[in-house]
Amino acid sequence: MVAMEYMPDAAGQESYILCADCGTVISSANGAGLCVGCLRNTVDITEGIPKEATLNFCRGCDRFLSPPNTWVIAQPESRELLAICLKKIARPLMKVRLIDASFIWTEPHSRRIKLKITIQKEVLANTVLQQTFELMLVVHTGQCPSCTRLAAKNTWKASVQVRQKVTHKRTFLWLEQLILKHNAHKDTINIQEKRDGLDFFYAERNTAIKMVEFLAGVVPTRTKASEQLISSDTHSNTSNYKFTYSVEIVPICKDDLVCIPRALAKSWGNISPLTICSRVGNTIHLLDPMTLQQTDVTAPVYWRQPFESLATVSDLVEFIVLDVEPSGPVRGKYVLADAQVTRASTSGANNIDDEGMGDDGIYHTRTHLGGILQPGDTVLGYHLTNANFNDTAFETLNTDRIPDVILVKKTYPNRRKKSKPRNWKLRSIAKEAEDVQEGGNTIGRGALGRRGGVDQKNVERDYELFLRDLEEDKEMRAAINLYKNDPAHKAQDEDGDVGMGERDHKSGSGMRGGKRRAGAAQAAVRPAAGGMDVDDGMGEGETEAEGTDADDEEEEDFPEIDMDELLEHFDELDMEDSNGPQGSEVQ
Amino acid sequence: MAVRTQFENSTDIGVFSKLTNSYCLTALASSTNFYSVFESELADVIPIVHTTIGGTRIIGRLTAGNRHGLLVPSTTTDQELQHLRNSLPPSVAIQRVEERLSALGNVIACNDYVALVHPDIDRETEEIIADTLKVEVFRQTVASNVLVGSYCALSNQGGLVHPKTSRSELDELSSLLQVPLVAGTVNRGSEVIGAGLVVNDWCAFTGLDTTATEVSVIEATFRLQGQTSAAVINEMRDSLIDHYA
Repeated sequence: MVAMEYMPDAAGQESYILCADCGTVISSANGAGLCVGCLRNTVDITEGIPKEATLNFCRGCDRFLSPPNTWVIAQPESRELLAICLKKIARPLMKVRLIDASFIWTEPHSRRIKLKITIQKEVLANTVLQQTFELMLVVHTGQCPSCTRLAAKNTWKASVQVRQKVTHKRTFLWLEQLILKHNAHKDTINIQEKRDGLDFFYAERNTAIKMVEFLAGVVPTRTKASEQLISSDTHSNTSNYKFTYSVEIVPICKDDLVCIPRALAKSWGNISPLTICSRVGNTIHLLDPMTLQQTDVTAPVYWRQPFESLATVSDLVEFIVLDVEPSGPVRGKYVLADAQVTRASTSGANNIDDEGMGDDGIYHTRTHLGGILQPGDTVLGYHLTNANFNDTAFETLNTDRIPDVILVKKTYPNRRKKSKPRNWKLRSIAKEAEDVQEGGNTIGRGALGRRGGVDQKNVERDYELFLRDLEEDKEMRAAINLYKNDPAHKAQDEDGDVGMGERDHKSGSGMRGGKRRAGAAQAAVRPAAGGMDVDDGMGEGETEAEGTDADDEEEEDFPEIDMDELLEHFDELDMEDSNGPQGSEVQ
Repeated sequence: MAVRTQFENSTDIGVFSKLTNSYCLTALASSTNFYSVFESELADVIPIVHTTIGGTRIIGRLTAGNRHGLLVPSTTTDQELQHLRNSLPPSVAIQRVEERLSALGNVIACNDYVALVHPDIDRETEEIIADTLKVEVFRQTVASNVLVGSYCALSNQGGLVHPKTSRSELDELSSLLQVPLVAGTVNRGSEVIGAGLVVNDWCAFTGLDTTATEVSVIEATFRLQGQTSAAVINEMRDSLIDHYA
């Protein structure tokens, strides 16, 4: 038997009442007791939502103001524009539920934007009403702050003046590479070359401060901030300033000879007053080549009692190493050694000095380069016996204790004589057409020397020295980005040089092969150095099959840059950059 | 005849008054406007009593009654009880009820014959209701609401119930009450019928917000159209004579 159960039909479950206003029969499901029409007549859920608003539009850059203070590019009838429009009524919209919003087409010249907005809101208990209304936005044209500033020829708000009072530009070349590597010039709107330095211009004060902090992080600096009142509004108590940050870089560079006052030397670990600057990071590293004693000088310490460098890289002279004998102490890569050197001067009277003092031209000195010097090597150093310094600290030194020669760094003159193209190059902040057309590995001077500098030749020389420094200093190289030279140049180089072809695969040996061939050719041109070179060839004879005639082979340890260190050619990377704002604005 | 009125700017007049076929209670107000409306309609026919219950004015929600009696909650003071006794006709029995659900007007909906009560009301209270009001008592809900007194208004002619009462529930309730029932609203869509409407067999008072449509529904439901109180009394007399004959 099947149990029969009474199931009330669906109709029985419904209930109908008369609408309280119009008397039509409605389902009582809505809690209002009113039909939808009457409910809509009584309740306006769009109440409190403005039906008209204004939109700010910048004529100069075709951007809309997105409250509170950003300006964005928005196409007509785009999502972005819709978002900006809805933001105008965001606060009242919080109280209702936004269902739909769309544009109603309007003539662009009418400067009116119309939106159809559908919203929902709960009006009574369990009664949600949906309503559509129109929002009209009047487009007010004006200028955004950046266009205003542009129009007022008042484009920058903050500038950073970087100065180093030295005769060369290598610090700035180095800084340029650091800036590129860290993309620190991102917000820069302009860079100008000035005497002894560069000016960086910024639209915002905080970006300038960021730059100053970046500089303080990479070089020892002293900063001075100043501001200039442009305008002020006494009513709103606001004023408009231009800020200038003067950043002075310590005028001491790598490989400079420094004579520090005796008192200072005492306080810095009783270091000898006559030191060379071994490295410049955000501190200066001073090294006494006689004892390998080192000290770090931070920027604040330096500026408390500044001192000048006694001699700079341009005062370096070439010496030939006759003999090297390590004397024991080793500190890091520095090995103390006793060296015998002689001037590599090309003048014939190298053995008798000008005063006829009976000097045999052979100098004994102590050097920190014991680890890399071999007899026969060419080395750069300061020749103090011939030097005439005008420095009070130097004059107080006991003349007996001053060495004749201070060796600073090893050099590779034979390798350098050949104008071999480098397989790497550097980026520069600003590329210019005339830089590119020079060809070879000179790929622009960046922010420097583009206006000819003081004189073009100096700039070229500084750049070459800077590149050599990079080649010879692995630590320095590690801090910046190097790029592969582009293949077009490589193809040109291959004319008649067998070794060059292999360069892509095994760069080191390829380079060396090329050098050897060219080196042999050069040996014939330079018979004067022959005797010495043969002697040297004997020294290294074991490694060289043709030791007797290969006069330049002493430079086997010439620093090659491994292809692995190099990044892909940057021109492709630049393609995107050139569209970017800094690509075009930085001149 | 349905009359719109308000009690001190409130349209929930059912809270502040109680109307039956043999008496009317109104709350004490700062003015006599509310009383006057009742007086103008009922003065000649039934006594209209100003009172408080337990010191409050919400007498409509605290009391339940019909032609035969009046139930007052336990909070009613002796003085109020005495005042009511003195004011009401001797035929009306007054009874104080010790009930936990003390808002008797909310939990009891009655006409002169039948009462619907809250499902959880005491058995003793149920007996008192039956004895005092001389009604049959049914434990019921209206549209799933247990407060039957709040959500319906009954007379011997008909009844108005919560708008969401389904058709089948309407059938069930009207078969218990033996009067036609209509689902509807008062005070422009309000579903608390008991608060917005007081009604007896010939007269109804509704909140001031009640729309013409709602008034017409009320008048049709309670058969108030074209009837004067005299006509109803005659009719009632006929039925009473018929009843007691």
